[in-house]
Amino acid sequence: METATSPGETNPEILNEDKYELRLYVAGKTTKSVAAINNLNKLCEEHLKGKYVIEVIDLLVQPQLAEGDQIFAIPTLVKKVPEPIRKIIGDLSNEEKVLVGLNIRPAKQ
Amino acid sequence: MAQLNKSLSKTPTGIVGLDEITGGGLPTGRPTLICGAAGCGKTLFSLEFIVKGALDYDEPGVFMAFEEKAEELAINVASLGFDLEALQKDKKIKVDYVHIERSEIEETGEYDLDGLFIRLGYAIDSVKAKRVVLDTIENLFSGLANEAILRAELRRLFHWLKEKGVTAIITGEKGEGFLTRQGLEEYVSDCVILLDHRVINQISTRILRIIKYRGSVHGTNEYPFLIDEEGISVLPITALKLQHPVSSERVSSGVPSLDQMLEGKGFFRGSSILVSGTAGTGKTSIAAYFASETCKRKERCIYFAFEESPQQIIRNMRSIGIDLQQHIDNGYLAFNASRPTLNGLEMHLLTIHKAVRQFKPSSIILDPITNLITIGSVSEVKGMLIRLIDFLQAEQITVMFTALTLNTVVNEQTDEGVSSLVDAWLLVRDIENNGERNRGMYIMKSRGMRHSNQVREFVISDEGLSLVDVYLGPEGVLTGSAREAQQLMEETGIVLRTHAVTRKDREIERKRNVLQSKIESLRAEFESVSDELNKSYVEEELRKEVMHKNREELIKKRHNGNSNEPGGDEPRDTK
Repeated sequence: METATSPGETNPEILNEDKYELRLYVAGKTTKSVAAINNLNKLCEEHLKGKYVIEVIDLLVQPQLAEGDQIFAIPTLVKKVPEPIRKIIGDLSNEEKVLVGLNIRPAKQ
Repeated sequence: MAQLNKSLSKTPTGIVGLDEITGGGLPTGRPTLICGAAGCGKTLFSLEFIVKGALDYDEPGVFMAFEEKAEELAINVASLGFDLEALQKDKKIKVDYVHIERSEIEETGEYDLDGLFIRLGYAIDSVKAKRVVLDTIENLFSGLANEAILRAELRRLFHWLKEKGVTAIITGEKGEGFLTRQGLEEYVSDCVILLDHRVINQISTRILRIIKYRGSVHGTNEYPFLIDEEGISVLPITALKLQHPVSSERVSSGVPSLDQMLEGKGFFRGSSILVSGTAGTGKTSIAAYFASETCKRKERCIYFAFEESPQQIIRNMRSIGIDLQQHIDNGYLAFNASRPTLNGLEMHLLTIHKAVRQFKPSSIILDPITNLITIGSVSEVKGMLIRLIDFLQAEQITVMFTALTLNTVVNEQTDEGVSSLVDAWLLVRDIENNGERNRGMYIMKSRGMRHSNQVREFVISDEGLSLVDVYLGPEGVLTGSAREAQQLMEETGIVLRTHAVTRKDREIERKRNVLQSKIESLRAEFESVSDELNKSYVEEELRKEVMHKNREELIKKRHNGNSNEPGGDEPRDTK
């Protein structure tokens, strides 16, 4: 769990249009959770270097947070900013889909 | 108690009637599936389970909504008097809205529904819930593409719910050929309840059926249920056994002369009475009398009118001397008037149930049941009335039905075929004779009591109802003016007879006088004869006495002569 990077408001200097606020909901250290965290880190480093914040929330520790973001599947990646809100569920193994889901890359025609 | 626990323990739903059908409620600690088409009341049903649990049984609950937001739910049930927000504040229930928006969701790779489990687990722990509702979990299928994962996770979810020991309701939309669209019945195998909403002849009826209930006896019929301002009520239909308490107490019919025909005491309390007859024979009047009498005993009565409005009945009954308004004002009488076509039969039955439960009457009146035919077949009406009578008998409520028999069909069976169900049956009929129509009434049957077998003439006047003995004579049964004429003739006869009698009396008197005088003269004769006889007797006596005296004189005289002249020649001297 190296990626408990601080949320956006603590880094005001990089708060701009392109900044990605990402929350990853996991439940304990299951293979799926670990895979999702690793996949997300790798992907962000490749495509969003310097303009992303990742918050990993372990629902086993903070179950009360599940309701707010309407989490029902694990793992779920929530992109709150920029709009629109998107959710990507699964271990994020399909890089193409994740990038489309995050609106980093337009969907394939 | 231990034995009870060994068998299936049940959690009462608090829904009127359902707990009676299921023999105590839903299986405790197990999931129950409630399925049905859209708008059949699944959400309300499950919500009532949660709210009643929290309010009445001290069992907090979690309502996980997949369809409606918590606020929407709160508004929807506010009309039923459920304050969801207050209950949530009191930590009695927890409403969790799970929003699944397909367009926001992308799926990639492996996932599971642990999020849902955690959320649900958290909600359960936060209120210490004993009851859980998932409404409608099938929405997951529209939000997520990977059905294989979903099915596996659902199986795990139900297993998990069982482990948690919560009594759960899962709702599911009715699907083609299956109970639910996604075949949820495959996972929930303990108890399945089907709700249905049927429209027959433009009249809708809601129906509930328990499809399965593992490990428990349950009613298998279709039970109608009603959703109204108090929530859901299921009809606790037919007592499966005929085991109601019976009373031998009698209640007056309100018409003394009718009571007279029933051993002078009236009907049994808790019995069912049918008054049938052709149009205009006074069925409603009999019913109104009965109602009024009930109220006069300071007991309650509900009058279910299917034909006339309460005002109409009150006005009409005033003309025969019954003031129903005062009973209403005193709170002993309630009217419940509705057109038969307002509801389906079962709804009518439910309405009656509810009214009875609320008002707690000791007798009710249904006037007339004939009109119910317009909204159901004969067998349906009969079925409904059987259930009604069952219910009323169990509650010891006397019921009076009125039924119209058609003029053309002189039929001893009522059209509703209920005559065999009722305890007492009064038949009011026209007797047409001598160019006038009169009412005749007799008691077709009256179970458990000696009753008059006579036809009585039934007279309605300003003073009210009364039964008059019909004239039975050589000319047959006479009613109306014929009876009155006959009575007049009889009166004339009496006068004439009295006259004749007095004449004979006088004759006898005269005869007696004659005889008396004869006796007098005979006695006088006898006296004179006996006087005569007496006279001769006395004379004889006297003569005897005188002779005796003379002889003594003589003897004395002779003795005196002897003393004067000794020698004994003295008597010769005296000669």
